Amino acid sequence: MTTAVPQPLALVAELTHRCPLHCVYCSNPLELARREAELSTQEWARVFQEAAALGVLQADLTGGEPLARPDLTALIRAARGADLYVSLITSGLPLDEARLEEIVGAGLDHLQLSFQGAREESANEFAGTRAHAHKLRVLGWPRDYRVGLTLNFVIHRGNLAHLEEMIALGEASGAGRMEFAHVQYYGWAFANRERLLPTRSQLDRSLAILKEAETRLRGKIRVEYVVPDYYARYPKACMGGWGRKILLITPEGSALPCHAAKVIPGMRFENVRERSLREIWESSAAFCKFRGEEWMSEPCRSCDRRAQDFGGCRCQAFLLTGDAAATDPVCSLAPERKRVDEIVAAANAGRSAESSTKADWLYRPNPA
Amino acid sequence: MTPELDQRPRLAAGCRLNEKSQQPRVLQMPERALRLNGPSLEIVSRCDGKHTVQQIIADLQKLYAKADPKKVEGDILGYLALLHERRALDFE
Repeated sequence: MTTAVPQPLALVAELTHRCPLHCVYCSNPLELARREAELSTQEWARVFQEAAALGVLQADLTGGEPLARPDLTALIRAARGADLYVSLITSGLPLDEARLEEIVGAGLDHLQLSFQGAREESANEFAGTRAHAHKLRVLGWPRDYRVGLTLNFVIHRGNLAHLEEMIALGEASGAGRMEFAHVQYYGWAFANRERLLPTRSQLDRSLAILKEAETRLRGKIRVEYVVPDYYARYPKACMGGWGRKILLITPEGSALPCHAAKVIPGMRFENVRERSLREIWESSAAFCKFRGEEWMSEPCRSCDRRAQDFGGCRCQAFLLTGDAAATDPVCSLAPERKRVDEIVAAANAGRSAESSTKADWLYRPNPA
Repeated sequence: MTPELDQRPRLAAGCRLNEKSQQPRVLQMPERALRLNGPSLEIVSRCDGKHTVQQIIADLQKLYAKADPKKVEGDILGYLALLHERRALDFE
């Protein structure tokens, strides 16, 4: 390593892989962690302390469904007690008003509530369960508490036609922030990609609508969205760069540079049960592997954008080319861009743009 | 929007200063943190729903007595408008 080790800003804490939803684009790995393997309350509390000491400012408590942890209130208190800003990323499904009051009282700063769409029938289809009606009930509660609220909509081929209804739902909710996340193709979404990837005209329409909403709602609701990278000219700065800003802890304590990193073969990820977070962040082989620019080959190595997008996403490079050190193939400069062009061409070649039948989905199951 | 002088800015739900013991001082908000330097920290720590915009301006003009008072006022109004646009601030 020639570059100084950067300071991480956020800790993504996957508290559990258990979840009442079975979303067809879930970002959890195909191999889910079992309940018995999950870190204990005390182990998480130590991780939060070590993260704060390392300079981390924010903890994102996620899953699976983090509310599936009966000790969630204690975990929020521990994270806040370590002086972290605490976000809860939830489906809202196991939430009732008493529990909301309890977790806000424990120091929760920010609640991010996910939606699978604006229409009940299709939202339930993508979630693989009847979740939508309860989410609408939950939406009525946060305004009575001093807690930040983000609505997160995962958007894709099957629900883009209802984008205006999603925006209207967010406007009526009193949320301070709305996030429209085009599906990213890892994990379960990679398996269901053919049914999720939008057409070019769907995408263009959605970007026009979102841009208009962003301008119109400025000062009222912060509207954020990301272009799906299969359609981008340059790759995303995945996780802000490998081992640069974010570290993720899986339910059983593995420390990863990103959600999908376990797909890359030959990597050994250290566990917080055996090593301190500082050791893992600063010197573990996995975090050093793609940190900085040493690992890059051309065209990244001499590219003007290498300090902007860091060569894109390592997991995507592996999933699409078989080589994790390749230039992210979504980049228009990548030698393997043709692989992405073929996938995009197939998505635009007149296969049904309508939502397919339920039997076609690969649903994410619940871990044992 | 430019805030009115008699309005009382208050950090929006989900936005807060980090603890006094921590360095650097930052304004924490959903999915981001804004680093605060001397004057911006003085401004944000007064966005408590009690100080009016007028009072914040007067306080900062005293603290930065060597600076042009008109420029201090303009900078504060601009900064409050920016925080409002980013949904970090409500005006009460």
